[in-house]
Amino acid sequence: MNRLAALTLTMLVAANCSSLRAEAPLGKWVRDAQKRVVKIYGAGGLKGLEAYQSGFLVSPDGHIATAWSYVLDVEPVVLLDDGRRFESKIVGFEPSLELAVLKIEATDTPFFELKQEPTVDWGDPVIAVSNLFNIATGNEPASVMQGTVASITDLNARRGTFKTPYRGKVLILDLIANNPGAAGGAVIDSRGQLAGMLGKELRDSTTGVWLNYAVPANALRTTIGDIIAGRKTTVIDSATATLPRKDSHNPSVLGLVMVPDVLETTPAYIDTVATDSAAARASLRPDDLILLVNGQRVDSQRTLRSLLRTIDRRDDVELTVQRDTQILPVTLQP
Amino acid sequence: MINPRILDLSGLFSLGMAILAGNLLSAADPIKLDAALEQVENSRIESVARAVPSAVSVFVPGGGGGGSGVMISPDGYALTNFHVTSPAGSFMRCGMSDGNVYDAVIVGIDPVGDLAMIRLLGRSDFPAAELGDSRAAEAGDWCMVIGNPFLLATNLKPTVTYGILSGVGRYQYPSGTLLEYGDCLQTDASVNPGNSGGPIYDAQGRLLGIVGRCSFEKRGRVNVGVGYAISINQAKNFLGYLRSGRIVDHATLGATVSTEPDGGVVVSNILESSDAYRRGLRYGSEILEIDGRVVQTANDLQNVMATLPNGWRVKMSYRSEGKTTDTLVRLMGVHLEDELLKKMAGALPPPPPRPQAPGEDGEEKDDPKENKKQPPQQRPGGQRPGGQRPGKPAVKIPQQVKDQLVERKGFANYHFNLAEQNSFINELRNQFPADNAPTETEPQDKKNAAKKGWLLKGETDQTPSQPVTIQVSADKMSIQIGQKTVEIDNRSEMYDVITDGTAAGLLPALNAWQRMLRDGPRKFGESYYMGTMPLGGERPLRDVMVGIAGELEVRWLSHPDTGSVEAIEVFADRDEDPAELWLLREGDSKSMPNVLDLRYGVESILKIKLKSWKEVPASDLQWSAEEKNANNGAGSDRQKAADASQKANANDEVKV
Repeated sequence: MNRLAALTLTMLVAANCSSLRAEAPLGKWVRDAQKRVVKIYGAGGLKGLEAYQSGFLVSPDGHIATAWSYVLDVEPVVLLDDGRRFESKIVGFEPSLELAVLKIEATDTPFFELKQEPTVDWGDPVIAVSNLFNIATGNEPASVMQGTVASITDLNARRGTFKTPYRGKVLILDLIANNPGAAGGAVIDSRGQLAGMLGKELRDSTTGVWLNYAVPANALRTTIGDIIAGRKTTVIDSATATLPRKDSHNPSVLGLVMVPDVLETTPAYIDTVATDSAAARASLRPDDLILLVNGQRVDSQRTLRSLLRTIDRRDDVELTVQRDTQILPVTLQP
Repeated sequence: MINPRILDLSGLFSLGMAILAGNLLSAADPIKLDAALEQVENSRIESVARAVPSAVSVFVPGGGGGGSGVMISPDGYALTNFHVTSPAGSFMRCGMSDGNVYDAVIVGIDPVGDLAMIRLLGRSDFPAAELGDSRAAEAGDWCMVIGNPFLLATNLKPTVTYGILSGVGRYQYPSGTLLEYGDCLQTDASVNPGNSGGPIYDAQGRLLGIVGRCSFEKRGRVNVGVGYAISINQAKNFLGYLRSGRIVDHATLGATVSTEPDGGVVVSNILESSDAYRRGLRYGSEILEIDGRVVQTANDLQNVMATLPNGWRVKMSYRSEGKTTDTLVRLMGVHLEDELLKKMAGALPPPPPRPQAPGEDGEEKDDPKENKKQPPQQRPGGQRPGGQRPGKPAVKIPQQVKDQLVERKGFANYHFNLAEQNSFINELRNQFPADNAPTETEPQDKKNAAKKGWLLKGETDQTPSQPVTIQVSADKMSIQIGQKTVEIDNRSEMYDVITDGTAAGLLPALNAWQRMLRDGPRKFGESYYMGTMPLGGERPLRDVMVGIAGELEVRWLSHPDTGSVEAIEVFADRDEDPAELWLLREGDSKSMPNVLDLRYGVESILKIKLKSWKEVPASDLQWSAEEKNANNGAGSDRQKAADASQKANANDEVKV
C-alpha cells in the first residue's frame, strides 16, 4: 500500500501537476520513453508471422536491444521515433536471453541506461512501450500501455510449459503487453528507468493462457554491455583468412549432414549425424540448429561452411546450438 | 464458463491484501490514505459518477445482440456505431443507468466512419455528456470506457474500464471503403464486443470519442489491450450531417498523394474534375495544410481527410513551383451516389444463427479451440452473433417510434430531414426580406405572391462607383450595372450566366430564394437538409439546405444561432465553380444585408453596396424590350482548367 501511495505521488510530482485534484497524465513519462523505442522491420509476413517487432536504444551511438527472433533473419530496417529510417546490422545476440543487439549509423540518440540492480518489485506501476500490431507507422510514436508488475518469478518453474530458452527471472505483468510485434519493447518504471524488455509471445501449452512478461533489465545488462563494448560480438571476423580446403574443417568431416541447402539462407539445421564422428561424440542430434560457430553468427548453411573453412582442421570447433527450447554449447573435437 | 481457478485467485489476492494491510496498520485502525492519494481517488470516483449517466446500453429488439452508445443532448440524441445499429435497422431499445429502458429510433448513419445517431424517446431532460476536445488528448492521458461489454448491462448498470490513451492520431484501415478509423484514439482500457458505440471519456469525464473496434488476433474476440475510438472531433464534424437523417459519405480531395523521402506530401495524381484541380493543385504540388491542420506525411493527410464529410469546403495551403497558395477547396464524396447504398447492403452480412441462449454466448469464446476458428485480424468489436436476420419476422415497432420514422431512399430516417426543412423555411420566412411581407401561408395568397417582385438598388464598391439595379420576379430577372443591363427569363439562361462566370450569376440565387419563400421546400423541387459545414472554410458550422430545380442546385448556408442566410451557392455544371452570393451584414443578423458579394471559386467579381431592397408588385418592375444579352454580361474572370495531370508511380500512394 505504501509503495503504491509513494509511487502515485512520484508520478504526480514528476508531471508537475498544477492541480492535485485529478490524476496527473503520464505525458512526459510516456513521451520520454517513446523517444527511446524503435520499430523494427525484417523477415516474416507469412503464416501469421509478423514481419515487425520493437526495440529500444541502449547507447548514444545507435545500439538497439531487441528480441532475438525470425524477424532478424534478414538485416532489419529500423525506424526511430522521429521517423528516421536506418538499415541496421546485428552486432551481437545471446540466444539464451532471446536478446539481440542491432547497430544503426546514428549519433546522439536518446537511450536507456541499464541498471545493475532490479528497478522494480511486484506491485510497482510500469508502462510498456512497443509497436504492438504495428499500429504506429512512420514517425508515429509507439503505443503505450500501463499496469503493474504482478510478480517476479522463474519461467522454468514448470519446465516445458512455456517454449522459450530463457531460464532466468521474469517480470509478470498485469497488462496485455505481449502481443504480435511487441517483442523487444521497453517496460519502464515510474522513474522513467528501463525495467525490462518485453519478450516474445508465450502461451502456456497446457492451459492456452498467454503470458504477459518481460525479461528484467538487470538480466540483460552485462550481455548488452559486452556486445556494445565489442567483447561479445557475433559479427563474423572478416579478417580471418580462409584456409585451403584440405587444411580446414568442413561439415562432412565433422560428421554433420545438413538439411538440403535449397534457399539463399537455408537455416543450419542438422539432418543426420554420421556415426562415430566428432558430431556424434558431441551428442549432436538431427533437428539441432547451429546458431554460432566460435562465437560468430551462423545465418545460413553457406555461412556455416565458410566459417568452418577459417578453422584449422586440427583445432576444436565451438558450436552453440538450439535444441527445441534449449541453448547448448557444444565442442567438436577432431 | 468462467474458470473457477480465477475466482480462487482473486480470493487469494483479497486475502493477501488484508494480510498486507494488517502488517502495516494495527487491526483496529481504519485504513488511512495519504491525502493526495485520497484526493486522486475521490476525483476518479467523481469523474466516473459524472460520466456514467450519459452512457447508453443499446439492445437490438428480439434479443439479437446490441452494443453501447452515449447521450449527447438532453432531447435524446445519442451517438453509437453504425455496425451496432445496422442489425437493428431503425428501432432499438436503450437502457440507461437511471434504470429505465427507452425506445430509440435511428436518425442518421455514417457507414464509412462507423457512426450512427439515434434518438431516445420519452424525455427532454436526458443526462448528456460534455463533449471534450480529442485533439488536445495525448498518449498517456488517463481515460475510461463505459458501456455494455458482452451485453452485461442487462441490469442497466454499465461497465467501467479504466486505462490510458496508448496513442492518438492513429489510422486503422477500412474494410473496403466502410468502417474507416482515421485520426482515432487507441486505448489500453478494456474494450470488448458490446463496448462498440460507447463512450470513452477523459479523466474528468468529458467525452473523447466513440469506441468502435479492437485489434483482435489469434486470442479470439476479447480485449488484448488495444481498443480504438472514433475521435469526438471527427464526430463533431458529422453531427449536423447525422442529424439530417441522411446516409452520409466521407470526403476525398480527388487526388492521390505520397510522402517524399525527405518529408512533405506531394500530389501524385489528381482528377481534373476536382475542385482541388480548379484551385490550382497539380501533379507535384506539395500540400502543406488542410482544414487548419499541418500535414507532413501522406498518413497525416489521410488522417485528416478521414474526419471530413463529403461536400465540405475547407481551407487548404499548398506549394507549387516555389509559390505557396492559401485557398479553399470543396471536397467530393468517396462514393458515387448509389455506390454507398450498395456497399452498405453488402458490407455487413447477417450474423450467423446462434444456437445458444444470450447468457452463454460470451463464454463460449473462452475455449481456445474455438478461437482458432475466429477470423483473424481486426474486426469491429461490436455486435455479437445473432442480430435480426432478414428472414426473421420484424419486431413490432412502437407507435412513438413510428411517429418519428419516415423511410426514404438515401435516408436513414427522412423524418428528421423534414423537421430540419421545416425549421429552415420558418427561419427563412422570418428574416429579411420576407419578414416584413404579409404571411403567405394561405393558398389564396400564393397567386399574389407570384405577382410580387424584388427591387434592389445600390452601387458597386469600385471607384468611381457605378449604380446597380437588380430586379427579380418569378419568371424574369435583370441586373443593370452602370449602363449595362443583363436580363434573363429562363432556366437555360440561368445556367449559362453561371457557367460563364458572369455578374448576372447572382440572379439565379435571388430567384431561387424568392421561389423557396413562395413555394417552400416541398414544392421547390428536390429539396433536403444537408447538415452543417463551414462557410468559406470558417466555423461555426452553418446549416445547409439544398434545393434542386432542373439543372441548378441551390444551397442556402445559414448561421446556426441566428438562422440568417449568409450565402447562397448555385451550382450549374457540377464540374465547375458555383455562383456564390454572400450576404454581408454589419448590423443585426435579421436586417437587410449591407453588401452583396458575388464570388466564383475564391474570387469576388462583384460587390454591391445595397441601399434598398424592396418588395414591389411585379407589374412595377421595368423590363427592357425583348432583346437578350445574357451572354455578354460583366465578363468572365475565370480561367478554364486545361493542363492534364500526370501519372505518378510513387510507392505508398494514398487516395485522399
